[in-house]
Amino acid sequence: MSNQSTVAFVRREILPPAPPPPGQAGVVKWMRENLFSSVTNTLLTILSIYLIWSVLSAIMPWTLNGIWAAGSLSECREIRDARGLESAACWAVINERWLQLLFGFYPTDDRLLSSLFYADQLAAAGGLEAVFGAGSNATDRIAFVNAMKAELSNLTIFFFGYWRPLVAVLLLVVAVAPILYASLPRGMLLFSLAYPFIGVFLFWGGSVWGPVMVALGIVASLYIGRFVAAGYGMLGGGLAAVAAFIIIFLNPLPFIDHGGLFPLLPHVKGLAASVIPLGLPAIPSDQFGGFMLAIIIGTSGIVLSLPIGILLALGRQSNMPFIRWVCVTFIEVIRGVPLIVWLFVASTLLKYFLPPGSSFDALLRVIILVTLFASAYIAEVVRGGLAALPKGQYEAADSLGLDYWKSMQLIVLPQALKISIPGIVNTFIGLFKDTTLVVFVGLRDPLGLTNAIRATSEWNGIYWELYIFVALLFFTFCFFMSRYSMYLERKLQTDRR
Amino acid sequence: MKKSIFLGTLAVAGLAAGLASAQTLADVQARGSLKCGSNEGLAGFAFPDANGNMQGFDVALCRAIAAATLGDAQAVEFVPLTSQTRFTALAAGEVDVLVRNSTWTFTRDNDLGLDFVGVNYYDGQGFMVRKDLGVSSARELDGATVCIQTGTTTELNLADFFRVNAISYEPVPVATNAEGQQQYLAGACDVYTTDISGLAATRATFENAGDHVILPEVVSKEPLGPVVRHGDNAWGDIVRWTLFALLAAEEHEITSANVREIASAATDNPEINRMLGTEGELGQKLGLSSDWIVNVISSVGNYGEIFEAYIGENTPVGLARGLNAQWTNGGLMYAMPFN
Repeated sequence: MSNQSTVAFVRREILPPAPPPPGQAGVVKWMRENLFSSVTNTLLTILSIYLIWSVLSAIMPWTLNGIWAAGSLSECREIRDARGLESAACWAVINERWLQLLFGFYPTDDRLLSSLFYADQLAAAGGLEAVFGAGSNATDRIAFVNAMKAELSNLTIFFFGYWRPLVAVLLLVVAVAPILYASLPRGMLLFSLAYPFIGVFLFWGGSVWGPVMVALGIVASLYIGRFVAAGYGMLGGGLAAVAAFIIIFLNPLPFIDHGGLFPLLPHVKGLAASVIPLGLPAIPSDQFGGFMLAIIIGTSGIVLSLPIGILLALGRQSNMPFIRWVCVTFIEVIRGVPLIVWLFVASTLLKYFLPPGSSFDALLRVIILVTLFASAYIAEVVRGGLAALPKGQYEAADSLGLDYWKSMQLIVLPQALKISIPGIVNTFIGLFKDTTLVVFVGLRDPLGLTNAIRATSEWNGIYWELYIFVALLFFTFCFFMSRYSMYLERKLQTDRR
Repeated sequence: MKKSIFLGTLAVAGLAAGLASAQTLADVQARGSLKCGSNEGLAGFAFPDANGNMQGFDVALCRAIAAATLGDAQAVEFVPLTSQTRFTALAAGEVDVLVRNSTWTFTRDNDLGLDFVGVNYYDGQGFMVRKDLGVSSARELDGATVCIQTGTTTELNLADFFRVNAISYEPVPVATNAEGQQQYLAGACDVYTTDISGLAATRATFENAGDHVILPEVVSKEPLGPVVRHGDNAWGDIVRWTLFALLAAEEHEITSANVREIASAATDNPEINRMLGTEGELGQKLGLSSDWIVNVISSVGNYGEIFEAYIGENTPVGLARGLNAQWTNGGLMYAMPFN
């Protein structure tokens, strides 16, 4: 045994891989590196954990112990005291009123609801026509509907009573998807083009021929223009398209032809409607409300303001002084005045400038103003993108012999818009949240509805639950937009950074 | 100051627009519905139920006008208006009548080109404080912070009251009643001031209502009533006499339950007969049907019934009749005779 100590040790087999020493791997290593790497960091970590804990320990019991089934705030308080809880959210208000927060006072399809789920009582009341027909008594009808809704669950009313806005929003998703994701079949873009007419028909109702004829009128103007252009060149085609548009949609000679043949649209529409009367009950826009209103104003504003904004940005860079000055004036005037002032202008002042007796849909006014406002901002964001492109890109496009529109379309705008994506999405998110400002012009946005709900004697004095619900709705949408813009930026990242 | 110039300009323009179309009744009947400017939400006065139907003390007056002019109390479109936009909306013709707890004042009646046609609720401004503040009179509020809604008459009354009593205060401006409640409960202000009806409704929702007191001083007169555009006197008459009909019906004990029975045949009381159309042609003189008051009372009830249903002592708002009792009971509600 004594000589063994002198023999050099020779290892004959390879050591099995051993786990790293404790503290050098996994969670512990991460924590040591990121949380406790120095005395200061350790102190900061402990402080942060304490702060997070104190916030969560105040909020979480309130949220999770929330009461979902109660008829009023005082009932909520009784249940809370009976359970011996210190604080509890009264989610019952959301449970009872979420349909109102989503749709405002948009009417439910009571005919459908009653014939599907309330058939016996409907028959007892004398059938559909007796209750909902033209000569029916409004007071009786409302009493009948109230009794029916008391029986039905909110989910049933959501799916069947509000099927029109639901279908419209679902189709909106289908229409927007091919624009957002290039991997989807390009044929879907045709549906995206048709969607505005489908959406208007579903939301506002009325005769199906209104939106159909408007769509056909636009298509007809385009085809007439194209047909004429084949024989008489671009200018002739353009003039013919404008002329066709005017006789279809507007009265070209208001002084001579008062209430006569022109515009053509109402005549054709009336004819079609008399042959095949098809349609949904018309719903005026002052009954729109809730989060649906934010979606309608937000998406219309977003979709319309992007092209207008790009044109304004190009116009501002134009070499033609007239176009440049028009665009600069428009952008500076719109951008220099707060949105709320423009909304007030839309809701009250506009009335004085329009001819007496003409009523201009309140929602349409707001959509137009919001679109103009957003397009002024988009124009400046896109101008930033245009300015960021090296001058060589413009010159390269010119040296290829491309004309103005081709060089913009093929060389300049793809690069400029890519640079502008974060700014554009930023503007869109801002626009979407600004839709709550319509509460000041008498439209029932979600925040205005929280006020209305609070005015009922059952829910007077309830704040956080309603605000949290509205905040979550808005957050979901804005978060999606922000994630999408990041996805788009990654996808379009072609430079090697 | 700037705001009042702006509003004034708008109102002058609105006056021109109003004169141009002094046809409100014809417009309403052609449209088939009444556009009523209402509060977006005020406990007891205007609020939506779970099915989205508007309810409340002010709402009932809108429904009464619709019942009088169209025979259908449900034919009302409620246009929610804020305290800042209400008068411009009326002047611009966005609504036919404004029933939004608006105080009748000289300036509003004469400067804005509007007409107040009556009073459906006599209110007054008061103060609410926490009990542990130990204050028993508003005169002891020197140096207090006061939550006050902007754009209302209460703002001016508050300044007047403190100036007259030579004491100081610090205003905490709030936009809505809801914000005021929240600020007051959170301790951002010592005092919350608004109309006493609003204070009572607010206090009723507090968890510990007993910890708060409404001080005895009533520092202003706040006659709240319906407003119409200046220049269409016929329409103003309809709104005014609809309100009087509600009051007179209570005086004559005509209720929603018995009005049809009373109207079925002439009674011994000639005024009741004239009101309900069994004698004379009062309805036609307003351009309405002869059973207009029957329609009104059968669908919304008389003034007393409306009061009890929405803001009376058995409701959470819990207001006593007080000044709003009939003149026969020592109140100020006095319908002009239907002769």
